[in-house]
Amino acid sequence: MGIFLTNGFPTKEATLPLLQAIDQGGADFIELGMPFSDPLAEGLPIQHSSEIALRNGISMKDAFSVSAAFKKQSDTPLLLMGYINPVYRYGISNFCRDAHSSGVNGLILPDLPPEESEMIREAAYKHNLDLVFLIAPNTPDDRIRETDELATAFVYAVSMTGLTGTTINSKDAASEYLERAQNIVQDNPLLVGFGIKSYEDAMKLSRYTDGFIVGSAVIKAIEALWNDEQISLDNKLQSVRNLIASLKYGEQASVA
Amino acid sequence: MIVEETQSFTYSAPDHTGHFGPYGGTFVPEILIPALEELKQAYKEAQQDEGFQETFRSLLRDYVGRPTALTFANRLSEYYGGPKIYLKREDLCHTGAHKINNTIGQILLARKMGKTRIIAETGAGQHGVATATVCAKFGMECVVYMGAEDTERQELNVRRMQLLGAEVRPVTSGSQTLKDATNEAIRDWVTNVQDTFYIIGSVVGPHPYPMMVRNFHCVIGEETRAQLLKQEGRETPDAIVACVGGGSNAMGIFYPFINDKHVAIHGAEAAGEGLNGKHAATLTKGSPGILHGAMSYLLHDDDGQIQLAHSISAGLDYPGVGPEHSYLKDLDRVQYHAVDDKEALAGVKLLSRLEGIIPALETAHAMAVLPKLVNEYSSEAIIVMNCSGRGDKDMGTITKHMFT
Repeated sequence: MGIFLTNGFPTKEATLPLLQAIDQGGADFIELGMPFSDPLAEGLPIQHSSEIALRNGISMKDAFSVSAAFKKQSDTPLLLMGYINPVYRYGISNFCRDAHSSGVNGLILPDLPPEESEMIREAAYKHNLDLVFLIAPNTPDDRIRETDELATAFVYAVSMTGLTGTTINSKDAASEYLERAQNIVQDNPLLVGFGIKSYEDAMKLSRYTDGFIVGSAVIKAIEALWNDEQISLDNKLQSVRNLIASLKYGEQASVA
Repeated sequence: MIVEETQSFTYSAPDHTGHFGPYGGTFVPEILIPALEELKQAYKEAQQDEGFQETFRSLLRDYVGRPTALTFANRLSEYYGGPKIYLKREDLCHTGAHKINNTIGQILLARKMGKTRIIAETGAGQHGVATATVCAKFGMECVVYMGAEDTERQELNVRRMQLLGAEVRPVTSGSQTLKDATNEAIRDWVTNVQDTFYIIGSVVGPHPYPMMVRNFHCVIGEETRAQLLKQEGRETPDAIVACVGGGSNAMGIFYPFINDKHVAIHGAEAAGEGLNGKHAATLTKGSPGILHGAMSYLLHDDDGQIQLAHSISAGLDYPGVGPEHSYLKDLDRVQYHAVDDKEALAGVKLLSRLEGIIPALETAHAMAVLPKLVNEYSSEAIIVMNCSGRGDKDMGTITKHMFT
């Protein structure tokens, strides 16, 4: 199970303890989102978290410092997720170098499809960063095969034609496509994401995959917790641990 | 970038992957890749399909009113006392601007592909109106995304779109202008990709849009060649001037002259309140980056966050520009000038008083390049300015700045 968190959301200071809580809750890897002004594959929750993070003054460099601080205490794989423009502007080679030296394990860049990825593949390889590529329900078989050949770490199966955080209209159609993808993807684990809101969603959709990813549902829960001034920081973080555990093991789970 | 000037160099961008040198490309979420493949295929077939081309041409003739006139601006020419200035009259197109050349082309493609729903983005509302118009003509569902701020600034165009039967969706995310309307249109497309065709309004976006939109507008430059031959006995002018926001009217008139090396080509982008203040001078002040599916010059900060553009003309108020303009700048084939709000307003007044033509604020940016050029040429020379649209839509803004 992978969990997504926007860097700098809900506050700059909250990111590191949140990463640790997500880790302790049972995430097998974490995607740290680098906020972008124009995140065109995102639904409202992640759009909103990105706006808040940018308003909090988060920069690309902050992704490296928080990654380094997290990796000092945990071996859980950490991937940076974001849009290509900030990475390109930073300088692709410098970005890969700084990501690697911060302990980052890989990159997910949803607006960099395989055909445009040549600009980063060499630098990522040189700095030992995995590159995740995405497939969607309308991706033809041949292209799924080529994506699998290019990807390292895993192939990210977008569950539906839609944005992050929206509802999956037909779980049957999603299952059919995931079964098709499972038969083609050979070199990498296949993980499903987009629209997974609960343990039940995850169980249904991950029947044909090696795991799943949750983003918007966690972002929404965190936003609600941080909006409630009655709850102490410790209790907020405990709630996050419990949420992560319940996504992985079901409602009954809790983390002491 | 330096490209060796040889006799044999023929401009042929984009390459088969949609790149104009380093610019352009297909930087989109995976969901859109199959849709773009389908579009590329359909467009390729349409280019070779004489029936499709004839339908396109006949609609341009009988519905849009093409060819548009090439008007000799005698009083404007006298005013500057230099070369002969001609105006390519895209303001005379149905709906009041060049935009409809492209929406006709794209809606024919949408029908050919069996799509039933049309979406578009719009800033000033001209592309939105041109899209709503062709959707009415072909009886198709139409949703137009428009920044909430623009729906207030350009209320008349909102009403026009609604009257034409389109649904206008105000966009409240981000800066609530064209950039955000484009994000929202792309999000709609990602969600409804099976039945929806996205009619992009300029030479921007992922391949094949920049090439396709340019080609639909090329009729502007092609007519200019034929009209110059008839009216002046020569096919090429000495210089061409057009305004550049995304840059579709400019590519439409530039492209048929790109390989005529003796034709000087000039683009005018918006310097807004000035190059040190709020502006939209992407090519003059920006640097390469990736937005809305393509690499091009952009206005963005050191962290790659997109900055807000500003221009008095809502149609130029965009922090990006077409990838082909980015390439033509690097090749030094086109000179790009930055023209501020005040110069544009002066251009509106000048053309109105001397030629009886009220140009759009976008077009008026091209007017301001003329005084920089006229001294370079003799009275035998010919300059063609693309009069991309008419100014009725801007009367509110013009009144506010000029008469109060």
